[in-house]
Amino acid sequence: MIGSPDVVAFTKDDDDYGDSYTDPCLLPEEFSVPLFPHANANPWLKTSYAKFSKDFILISEFSEQVGPQPLLTIPDDPNVCGTFDLNYFSLRIMSVDYQASFVGHPPGTSYPKLNFVQDSKVVLGDSKEGAFAYVHHLTLYDLEARGFVRPFCMAYISADERKIMQQFQPLSSGFSRASECLKSGNRKAFANELEKKLRDLEYTRSVLHKETEMQKTNSGCYSTQVIEKANELANVEKSIYEHKDLLRQITSYPNSKRRDADQVLCEPENRADASTLDHALSSNHSGNEEKPVETDGSNQHPSYIPQLIKAKSAKCFDKRLKTLEELCESDFFFQTMDQLNTIEKTFRGDLCFIYTCQIDRALVSKQKITSFLFEPERDDDEVGSSRGFYDPNHTTRHVPSNFSSEPMILESYSTLVEKSPNKLTLEVNQESSTSDVTQETSEDANDTEMKGSFSSDRSIEAFINLSPGNPDGFPTGGTSIACTMTSSEEQGIVAAVAEASSSLEHESDPNHGEVFETGSLVQMDTACCMGQEGFSYEEPFLEPAQEPCEDTVVKHEPLSLLQREPALQVEYVLGAATPTVPSPSLGLMLPELNPSSLSEEMAKLNMDDISDNASYMSTSTSSDRAASPFNYGSLITLKQKKKAGHSALRFIRQYPFAQQAIFCLLSGRTLVVLGADEGTVRKLVNALLIFVPNLGKYGETVQPWLSTSFQLSDLQRWKLVGLQRVVSPAGSSLLHSLSRYSRYIGILDCDSKTLRCPAYKGTLMGHMADHRTQIKRGSTYFLHVQSILTQLTAKAFLYTFCHHLHLPISTDQDAESVVLRRTNFLLQLGFTEEESKIIRFLGELIRQHYLQGPLKGVNQSNFSFSYTTSYLYKI
Amino acid sequence: MLRWILGTRGSHGSAENRCAALCIGEEQPKNCYTELQVLRGHYDIVRFLVQIDEFRFASAGDDGMVLVWNVETGERLVELRAHTQQITTLTAYTFTSTEKSLTVLITASSDRMMCLWDADTGHRLHSVSNLQSSVKCVLVLDLLDVFLSGGNELCVWNRDFQLQCKTVHYRDLGITALVDLPKCCVAAAIDKEIVIFKLNLSEPEKSIVAIQHLTDHQDTIRTLIRVNDDLFASGSHIGEVILWDTLDWTIQAYERILWEEPDRESQSEIRMGQQKQSEASIQHLYSDGERVVAAVGSGLFVYNTRMKTVVAYRKFAHDSDVLYTTLLHNGQVMSCSEDGSVRIWELQELPLPAEPASSGFFSLFGTIGRSSKQGSVPSKKLLEVSGLCSLELVGDLIGHSGAVQMFLSFGKKGVVTCSADHLLIVWKDGERESHLRSQALFQKLEEKGGL
Repeated sequence: MIGSPDVVAFTKDDDDYGDSYTDPCLLPEEFSVPLFPHANANPWLKTSYAKFSKDFILISEFSEQVGPQPLLTIPDDPNVCGTFDLNYFSLRIMSVDYQASFVGHPPGTSYPKLNFVQDSKVVLGDSKEGAFAYVHHLTLYDLEARGFVRPFCMAYISADERKIMQQFQPLSSGFSRASECLKSGNRKAFANELEKKLRDLEYTRSVLHKETEMQKTNSGCYSTQVIEKANELANVEKSIYEHKDLLRQITSYPNSKRRDADQVLCEPENRADASTLDHALSSNHSGNEEKPVETDGSNQHPSYIPQLIKAKSAKCFDKRLKTLEELCESDFFFQTMDQLNTIEKTFRGDLCFIYTCQIDRALVSKQKITSFLFEPERDDDEVGSSRGFYDPNHTTRHVPSNFSSEPMILESYSTLVEKSPNKLTLEVNQESSTSDVTQETSEDANDTEMKGSFSSDRSIEAFINLSPGNPDGFPTGGTSIACTMTSSEEQGIVAAVAEASSSLEHESDPNHGEVFETGSLVQMDTACCMGQEGFSYEEPFLEPAQEPCEDTVVKHEPLSLLQREPALQVEYVLGAATPTVPSPSLGLMLPELNPSSLSEEMAKLNMDDISDNASYMSTSTSSDRAASPFNYGSLITLKQKKKAGHSALRFIRQYPFAQQAIFCLLSGRTLVVLGADEGTVRKLVNALLIFVPNLGKYGETVQPWLSTSFQLSDLQRWKLVGLQRVVSPAGSSLLHSLSRYSRYIGILDCDSKTLRCPAYKGTLMGHMADHRTQIKRGSTYFLHVQSILTQLTAKAFLYTFCHHLHLPISTDQDAESVVLRRTNFLLQLGFTEEESKIIRFLGELIRQHYLQGPLKGVNQSNFSFSYTTSYLYKI
Repeated sequence: MLRWILGTRGSHGSAENRCAALCIGEEQPKNCYTELQVLRGHYDIVRFLVQIDEFRFASAGDDGMVLVWNVETGERLVELRAHTQQITTLTAYTFTSTEKSLTVLITASSDRMMCLWDADTGHRLHSVSNLQSSVKCVLVLDLLDVFLSGGNELCVWNRDFQLQCKTVHYRDLGITALVDLPKCCVAAAIDKEIVIFKLNLSEPEKSIVAIQHLTDHQDTIRTLIRVNDDLFASGSHIGEVILWDTLDWTIQAYERILWEEPDRESQSEIRMGQQKQSEASIQHLYSDGERVVAAVGSGLFVYNTRMKTVVAYRKFAHDSDVLYTTLLHNGQVMSCSEDGSVRIWELQELPLPAEPASSGFFSLFGTIGRSSKQGSVPSKKLLEVSGLCSLELVGDLIGHSGAVQMFLSFGKKGVVTCSADHLLIVWKDGERESHLRSQALFQKLEEKGGL
């Protein structure tokens, strides 16, 4: 095979571990065959018939001047929306506007009353556009606006309907938080505005008062001028009262409500319909011509000078409406934008991927005892969002008490439809049911795509239908379902519907977290090779010449994973208690699924989705960035580890003794990477990073570059050290410490390409670090390693918590029999003597972690070692 | 270059034959110390370790600080700070005679101050400053409820730190070591002499007087220990070890250890003379009541007091002077040295008795009397004694980067070493510790009622 990795590995420059990998087998540009022309060849990208490339968030306003208009999108990139008509879509989403919260004169009160109305959450679809949206309506207060309110909406727009429906709950909570942030900023700004206005009015009143008095003395009490002035004065005074009342209302907004946005109830009697609103508005405006409605725009100065308010109402279309940022205070605005960006990031990518991540997180969070060993730290935003998803209070809060009776839900659902057609829009598009979507897709797609998408669709569909709590017609009938919640109960229902469609056996188990996990298990297998980077071929050497290799990668790697982890799968099945787990969607590994059919364009489209990707691209041109991806004391993320996977892959291909080096790390023997060149050493350290157990959140156990001699306590602290080789007197002390502590360390000399460490016998490391591996991509290799490490962890857990392996069962047993049992156990697990050391070491770490919690400091921890002979390995 | 490290396994620079025999390599199946814990806290050379009870010990050194540690957890329990200069002696003692037992530490320093500390709380109970000389050694006499401090004079103190009586001032050379003897007597090493003092505390006029001067050593006495109820031993700078009777202070045995250089003729006399002296210096003696282990230069020898023979010896046990040596609970001999290593030795029966690898000479004396020390020493006479063993190296502990000053064995709990690199290291049996952690784990599991 031309593209054999062996050849690749050994023809490469020796000390190049970075990501700047260019395949020597690449064809020159002019010989390259044009790739598969269809842009929508990616079966996972459901935007194939949508006019936008990926999900985005749209903020629109129903402007009183120009009607619905889009304000901004997140991400703020015109390419994202493509040819998608934002104006049209804004119209659509704003047209399902709910009853706006507004100011009116409720019966019995003489002053306008602010309604603190709950946001509405709507799911809306437009099958022709191929767009589905979660729409979050909210109103902000603006003194200058009609009725003091400005209706806005935030929409999460995706081409994948299921994503919207099934992620309704997290979307809703995410947007609620963002909305709350906007609104609290708005309340603050509104109160400020009111205060200014009041000052203006007070000033106007005093001026008018003076003028009236003057005119009284000049022209008598009953002249028309005086009467006019008196009327004017009366209007101003009335206005003052109204504004004072508004200020009182806005400042008395309960803080508890602010925190708990979803729980805010609006009182039914305050809900006036639109005609009342209009009436109120017209009476406010036109009915009273002299009512002052405008202040000068230049009232932003801190030391505010009150201004005279003209007794003229400005024309509606003359004034400049405040921007969103002005409506809320800047701090709140940017905070909201951050939150929305986080939401956008969280829901990026295919639904399967989101599921996988959620399952992953849920599972990892259940493995607190061992997850510290190898599980990488999540990205910050991921952690943040996962908190939102799995907050048990959050999810249970929305489940109404009467949820157990399914017909009631349906009933209330239908009554909702009937009673309030303007609140709930139900567009049944017969041609775009879930299954039709697939058909539609397959019509203009090639076979491979159809199979791919079909398999995933089928599993998801099956998964929906498996849910007994799901009314039959619901998922297919509602391609576009718009629901409006005005009370918590209704909202609860919709939330519950969303839940029902995202979980199996809803009724049988009210515990949401549990259900979710069970339900999602169906997705496990389909997702196995659809990671964040799945099928987006970021590496520059992906060219037709590589096709055979790529093919094998796709075909073999997931299979081997499956083959190697039967135990793991069985565990999941048992845990799920669902014997009919759909077969791992083999469609993913079908030979027809030719990766080369994925167009470059598609890869480009996904490029932004995958930041890992982007860095790969960038590092291919500038290797500087990859030179030191890890710095001591910085947070180590999954992303970094995946990148390290690439370096690791290069390492195992270049060094035949990689297995010994990895064994060193796994068995707890500190590995010192010795070299003169900092870049080389750092790269090697980075490559070996993924094998270090208990790496620590900030990589505390790794020192990538050390130029001074080290002490014993350093060995206790660091398990992987990059050490500078110095050719100076200082260097001799360094060498002295190296030779002195040689029994505790393995020394990887990158200058002479030797490794000195104990011998390793066994097959485990061969699986992990086969230098003839077919895996070509760093992140794939990382996952491969991670899967083996997870197995090891599981066995170490078993070993550690097996009572009879450590303590005598009965009193007449002596310590030796326990030791024998322990040894036999490890042998039965198939571990050699050396591999048993790994398990023992991991067991010790688990024990220490369980007893003491996370690493408390160097002084508290022990440093274990063994007296074994080291050998010198050469390349 | 690192090549030599990587190339030759276990070689130690000067690859002479004598050293090669001592290089055990990295495979040490008999070495049970597979876990260590580094204890930080001192800022200067740590010279003294003293055991307080089953799990506590105190360390002191040139930084004037005394730290009390828990050997099981490595926790630093209390810090005793008062001395401004290096600590010269450290003694732990438990008063049991009072209704409430009190564990105290007595420290003395070059700042001519002596303090009494409560080891539990770290409070300073008493202190005496402005002593005429710095105290080099302290001896607690339990029965008499007093303690003695030896500097340039010997002082007797009661437990409240009141001076009871003292001896005359020994101008040039202070007392370096003290041993208690029966009948209210103590033996003090002053330069080349051992002086026997008698305490008289019953009379109103309390006194301490020198009643005997033992002048058999030819050079400065480096170490003085109590062997058992009948014997005490002393070792001098030129390799003399004398066993004395505790009652009549007569010589029970005399050993002159001269490591002979096999290639001595080929080298200059002067140089050899110097080297020999240095090598033969008795640095430390330890006895378990029957056997006496001596650190002689960079070598070791084990002497059986009952058989009055040398049981085993090793001329080059370390690369440098051995500073401290002990018999461990399992019969192994442990030694530490200026070369920064701690070595563990096992006494093994020689397959062929009377085939010494290097010919030292040993002379054995019966109770000949003090004056017989000048008697002609039979040259190169090696007694064919049954039970002659060899000291086989079974393991070494590498961790310190400076001279290992002293170590303290806690039996199965491990060994603490202190060193010139300011560190203390607790060496533990990894298997045992792992087992203990397992027990703790299952106990916690039980308490929590599951994972």
